[in-house]
Amino acid sequence: MTAPTMAAPRTKSNRTSSNFELNSWLFMRGSGVLLLVLVFGHLFVNLMLGEGIHAIDFAFVAGKWANPFWQVWDLAMLWLALLHGTNGLRTIINDYATKPNTAFVLKTLLYFSTFVVLVLGTLVIFTFDPCIDPSSTLDVCQTQ
Amino acid sequence: MWSWVAHRITGVMLFFFLFAHVIDTAMVRVSPEAYNTAVETYKNPIVGLMEVGLVAAFLFHGLNGVRVILVDFWSKGPRVQKQMTWGVLVVWVVLMVPFAIRHLANVFGGGS
Repeated sequence: MTAPTMAAPRTKSNRTSSNFELNSWLFMRGSGVLLLVLVFGHLFVNLMLGEGIHAIDFAFVAGKWANPFWQVWDLAMLWLALLHGTNGLRTIINDYATKPNTAFVLKTLLYFSTFVVLVLGTLVIFTFDPCIDPSSTLDVCQTQ
Repeated sequence: MWSWVAHRITGVMLFFFLFAHVIDTAMVRVSPEAYNTAVETYKNPIVGLMEVGLVAAFLFHGLNGVRVILVDFWSKGPRVQKQMTWGVLVVWVVLMVPFAIRHLANVFGGGS
């Protein structure tokens, strides 16, 4: 019977070296700081100013997305929040799903749903049409 | 330890809300009526209370995240991490109080 072998300390692992975990660790911190600003601004403008939540309707969204500033803001928030959250859930799955098959299934579901929501959200921001209703009374739809 | 647990729980909460929020916002691509019906849900008093919980979760997660960053990158961070936890809670209360007053007044008070 042979004793189990153990690599000497500080020998290079034979796995292909990848900086993915380091990069995702850095991404969590960078995106986290940006999201704090983006989500804080989003909540302040939508819930604290004016009539707060009562002001939010189709016309409110049309007014905001008429301005490229808010389109970029919301797009950045969408991508950063989804990637930040997906990486967070990936970490949680790695920590708690002890069976490799369970972890694989959960991560597949996670990546698939993130992809769907990311594409959906991006398309909504870029293809938004304030005059989708032909009888719209919004100002932007009156000049056509 | 508990702030680590709370960071995970609030993170998962925010992530699942994000999915719901992208889908309700996507109703703007269906019709103004579909979107207005979807956001009407958010103006319901019970949902209004849940929004306070959601903002509470966001603010905790964001402020505690700043603390984590300071522990990782600031040379004095690990030594003062406990004081920073108290700092997180103080700033959290300072931001939550005006938000809760304003938002609950909007949800339960006037407005249409």
